[in-house]
Amino acid sequence: MVRGGYRTAEAVRMTPPLRGRAVARRRRWDVPGLVAALFLGPALVILAAVVAYPIVATVWYSFFNADGTRFVGLDNYVEMFTGPATRRAILNNVIWVVVAPTAVTALGLLFAVLSERIRLAAAFKTVLFMPMAISFLAAGVTFTLVYEADKDRGALNAAIASVHDLFKPPSKYYGTSPREEAGLATVDGAVQTAAPAATSTPVLLPMVGLPPDRIPAGAAAAAPGVAGTGLRGVVWLDFSPGGGGRPGAVDAGEHGLPGMVVDAVRDGKVLATTRTDPAGRFDFPQLTGGGYTIRLAASNFTPPFNGVTWLGGSVVTPAIIAAYIWIWAGFAMVLISAGLAAIPRDALEAARVDGATEWQVFRRVTVPLVRPVLVVVLVTLVINVLKIFDLVYVLAPDPVTQDRANVVALQMYQTAFARQDGGLGSALAVLLFVLVLPAMLYNVRRLRGDRDR
Amino acid sequence: MSFMSTVRVPTLEPAGTAVTGPPRRSLLTRFVTRVGGGLLYAIVVIVALIWLLPTIGLLVASLRPASASAATGWWHVFTKPGELTLANYARILDNGDMIDGLWNSVLITVPSTVLVVAIAAPAAYALAWLDFRGRDPLFAVVVALIVVPIQMAIIPDAKLFGALGIFGSLTGVVVFHVAFGLPFAVFLLRNFFIGIPRDLLEAARMDGGTEYMIFTRVVLPIGWPAIASLTIFQFMFVWNDLLVAKVFAGASSKPITYVLQEQMGTFSSNVDVIAPGAFLSMLLPLIVFFAFQRYFVQGVLAGSVK
Repeated sequence: MVRGGYRTAEAVRMTPPLRGRAVARRRRWDVPGLVAALFLGPALVILAAVVAYPIVATVWYSFFNADGTRFVGLDNYVEMFTGPATRRAILNNVIWVVVAPTAVTALGLLFAVLSERIRLAAAFKTVLFMPMAISFLAAGVTFTLVYEADKDRGALNAAIASVHDLFKPPSKYYGTSPREEAGLATVDGAVQTAAPAATSTPVLLPMVGLPPDRIPAGAAAAAPGVAGTGLRGVVWLDFSPGGGGRPGAVDAGEHGLPGMVVDAVRDGKVLATTRTDPAGRFDFPQLTGGGYTIRLAASNFTPPFNGVTWLGGSVVTPAIIAAYIWIWAGFAMVLISAGLAAIPRDALEAARVDGATEWQVFRRVTVPLVRPVLVVVLVTLVINVLKIFDLVYVLAPDPVTQDRANVVALQMYQTAFARQDGGLGSALAVLLFVLVLPAMLYNVRRLRGDRDR
Repeated sequence: MSFMSTVRVPTLEPAGTAVTGPPRRSLLTRFVTRVGGGLLYAIVVIVALIWLLPTIGLLVASLRPASASAATGWWHVFTKPGELTLANYARILDNGDMIDGLWNSVLITVPSTVLVVAIAAPAAYALAWLDFRGRDPLFAVVVALIVVPIQMAIIPDAKLFGALGIFGSLTGVVVFHVAFGLPFAVFLLRNFFIGIPRDLLEAARMDGGTEYMIFTRVVLPIGWPAIASLTIFQFMFVWNDLLVAKVFAGASSKPITYVLQEQMGTFSSNVDVIAPGAFLSMLLPLIVFFAFQRYFVQGVLAGSVK
C-alpha cells in the first residue's frame, strides 16, 4: 500500500498484471474480418452516428442562420466575436482558463506536500477528494448556502463579519443621521455643522434613525445644554415616542445620546475632543469666540459588516471559480501525491545533506521532479475548465447575473436551446471544439509513441 | 486518457525503502521542525475544515425547518439543536417530482453504465489483440473522440433523436451517454487488455478456444480492475450529469439533477426543499465513493480529461 492510502499509481497508468513479460515480444494474430467486425461493430455504429456525424453536422450548421434555412457564411463567427453576450462569455472563459487550473494545481501541490508530512494523510486526502464525488449541481446548491449575501444566513459572510467586527467593532450609533432641516452635513461618514457655530447659545445637533432597542441604557432625558461661555451643545435623538415633538428642538421625553465623540474644528484643525454626557451634552469651556465647526467623528457611526453579494456584481466569476477550486483541488492533490511518492528519497536527502533549506529542496529538487505531473494536471484542468457549464448555470441562475458570469459552454446551450439559434449555437460549439483540438492532437501523438509496447 | 501514459511516476517503491535509518538532524533543525509541526497541523486542520464545512452545512440545513433556514444560517443549530427535524425529508418523499427524479436517475445511470462496459469491452479487446487492416488509425480516432465537447454534438443529435422518436425520453438520454462514454471506455480497457501476457491468450488458443471464449474466460477476468474503475467512473459521470439531461430528457424523464436545478430556479430561497434534495442526490455517489474508494479514485483520475 502506498503512502496516503491510494494506489494512485494505477490510476495514472492502469498497470496490467505481469506487464513486463508481455511487452517485448507481443504480436497479434490474424482473424477473419468478420470476427473483428462483430467485436467492434456496436461501438463503431454508435460512435459514427451519435458522435462523429454530429461533429461534421455542427460545423456545417455553423454556416447557416438560426433555423438552418439560409447559408450565411461566416456571419455567426463574426457575431460570436462581436456580440456583447458572446464576447462576455469568451472573456470569462479566458479568465477561467488563466486562473482556475493554475490555482487548483498550486493548491494541489501545496496540499500534496503537506499531506506527505502528516499522520492521518489518508483521512486528509479523503476529505479533500470527496467533492469529486458530488455533482456540480449539488456543489452549486452547497455553495449557494456558503455565498448567501445575508450575513445571518451565508456562512462566508458570517465568518467575515465575525472577523471584521472583531477588529472594527460597529459603533452604537451606526445608521443614525442628522435631522434634515437642522443645518448639519455628513462629510466622509462624520456629521458636522454646515455653518460655523457660535458660542452664544448651545449648538443643537438633532439626530434621527436610531431604533428604540439601540438607545444606550445609560441615556438620560436630553437637556438643552450646559450654561457657560465656551463652545457647547447637545446631541440627542430628536424623536418623541408617542409624537408631539418639534423637529430640531429638545422636547420632553427625548433621549440624549451619551458617549458621542465630538470634535471642535477650526481651519481644518481639530482643536479639542470630548464626549457627550448621559443627557447628550458636551462642553468646551476653553473655546470661546466663533468660527468653529462641531463635528461628530465618523467613528461614532462605524457600520457593522453587512455581507458581500458574492453571486452578483463583479465578484461572481471569482466566487464561482472558488467553488470550482474547492471541487477539483483534491484531484490535483492526489495526482501530484503520486508524483511526489515516486521521487527518489536519496535525491531529497542528498540536497539536505548538502545544506539546502527545506524551501530550496522544494524549489530546486521537488518541483522539477514532479513537473511532468504538474503539466498533466494543468492540461487536464484546462480542458475541463473550457467546458465548464453546470457550476455557472447553477450558481448564477438569474438572467442578469448569468450574463455577467457567462461562459462559452453555457452561452452555447442558451443560444441553441433557449433562444433556438442553431447557427450561432453551432459556431460557439465549434469554438469550444477548436480550443480542445490541441489536446486532442497531443493525445493522439502520445498514443503513437505508446503503440505496441 | 493518454495523459496517463505521460506520467512516468507510477511504479512506486514502498515508501521509505531508499532511506536507511532517520537522517541526522541538528538540534536547531529539530526545534524548527517541532514548532513548524504545530503550524503544519494548524494549517491542515483549517484546510480540512474548509473542505468539510460546506457539505456539513448542506446536511444540517437539510435538517432544519423552513422558518429557521429562512431566518438564520445552519450554524445557529449549535444554539438550538432541538430544531433538527426529519420533516423535510418526509416531505421530499411526498414530492413526486423529486422521487421521480431519483428514480429516473437510476433508470438512466444503470443502463448507460452497463451498456458502455458491454459495448466497449469487446471493442477494446479487438483493438488490443485482433489483427485487421486499419486497426491503429481506428484506435487513434477513438482516442481523438475522448475530448470532444458534448456541445459539439447536441444540436445534430437533438434532430437525429427527434427523427428516431427518442428525443425527450429515457432512451435518448441513455443513448447519448453511451455514445459519449464509449471513446474513453474503449481507450481505458484497450490499454489494460494490451498488457495481458500473450502466453495466456496463446495457451487458450492452442486449447482450441474461440475469440469469444478467450474474451470471456481470459480477458474479462484479468481485466476486472479496469472494468471496475470504468464502471464507477461512468456511473458517477452519468449520475452527476446535468447538461445531457437538460437537452435530451423530457417532462417524464428528468433525472434528479434536472429536477433540483428547476426547483432552484422557481423558488429563490427554499432551502428546506433544495438542501435535502441535493443531499439525497449526493447520497449514492458518496456511498460509492466511500465503499469503493480505490476504484473510484482510479476511475475519476483516469477519466478526468473527458
